[in-house]
Amino acid sequence: MADYPLTAASIKNEFKRAGIHFVVALPDRVTSHYLLKGLMADPEFRVVQVCKEDEGISICAGLYAAGHKSVFMMQYTGFLDSINAIRGVAVEGHFPVCMVVGLLGKEPDLAPTKSKKLGVKITEPILDVLGIEHHLIERNADTQAIAPAIDKAFANSSPTAILIGREPR
Amino acid sequence: MMKRDEMLKAFARQRKDEILVAVYTAAQEITHIAPNDLNYTFVGAMGQGSSHALGLALGRPDKKVVVFDGDGSLLMNLGSLVTIANQAPKNYVHCLCENGCYETNGSVPTPRAGQIRFADLAKTAGYKKTFEISDLAEWERDLPNILKEEGPVFVTLKVELGEAYPENFARLYSLEHREKFRRTLANS
Repeated sequence: MADYPLTAASIKNEFKRAGIHFVVALPDRVTSHYLLKGLMADPEFRVVQVCKEDEGISICAGLYAAGHKSVFMMQYTGFLDSINAIRGVAVEGHFPVCMVVGLLGKEPDLAPTKSKKLGVKITEPILDVLGIEHHLIERNADTQAIAPAIDKAFANSSPTAILIGREPR
Repeated sequence: MMKRDEMLKAFARQRKDEILVAVYTAAQEITHIAPNDLNYTFVGAMGQGSSHALGLALGRPDKKVVVFDGDGSLLMNLGSLVTIANQAPKNYVHCLCENGCYETNGSVPTPRAGQIRFADLAKTAGYKKTFEISDLAEWERDLPNILKEEGPVFVTLKVELGEAYPENFARLYSLEHREKFRRTLANS
């Protein structure tokens, strides 16, 4: 474990650094075992489980309108499934929805756009078309980009995407 | 059956400091019937009203949140009933304007229009209390108690189109009004 390149703790610490209390989530195979379960067990976080991903986009919007920062964890499949809510609520509605998206099946240390998995391959281009900033997290050093990305999203009232490229342990 | 605008006017007469979330035609109507800085119309995508309202209710547990959802909209986001019941916000009042059609999209009937007991779905999902109201006098009489109930509460309102009001989608999604909502809520 000591040599494993990405820890769940490093991501969780970034959420704390960004002042996140609410974590909206639908289990994602990349992050559920170590990160999501860890967040659910941590009293500093309140995890709001949803049944479908577009709900999560809107719950984050409502939380923002009520004065709270939140992140929304999902798998890339859920991201693809909720594009209209992301378009209407986060992009055109200018809500700072911070998406943490697990790239299930992405090959280690390969750029997502080079992946053989179609869903992984198209995620970044879709974010680009939507004008949503994205950050790929594969190693602990990458996680230092998470809190600034969340801060920027809330400062600009615009969405951001944190792409998790391998299972954090 | 109630005229929806009459139902909303009756709500406005009894409204205190509740957050009101409204979707589609109800949102258009409420901006004319009862302008208020705590009206939240920034839903952005069909079916999402109940989920925005949940975020608001979780973020401000001290404020009552009343959402006027539509039956076509709720059918698009039925899982939200379970999500809401699981979070069990005491301050959440989910009013469903059941008109049996996609009114904004050409008044095409919803699947199994008039044959679904939405209140039963809400009860099964885990809402604490449910009501079904089809008469304006009954709505006016029961509303104070509905607002006092511990949530999440679900109210089916059997409605039909009333008076026509001008549509203004730019107002519904106005960033300026959204920010005004945030400031007003932060100070209330």
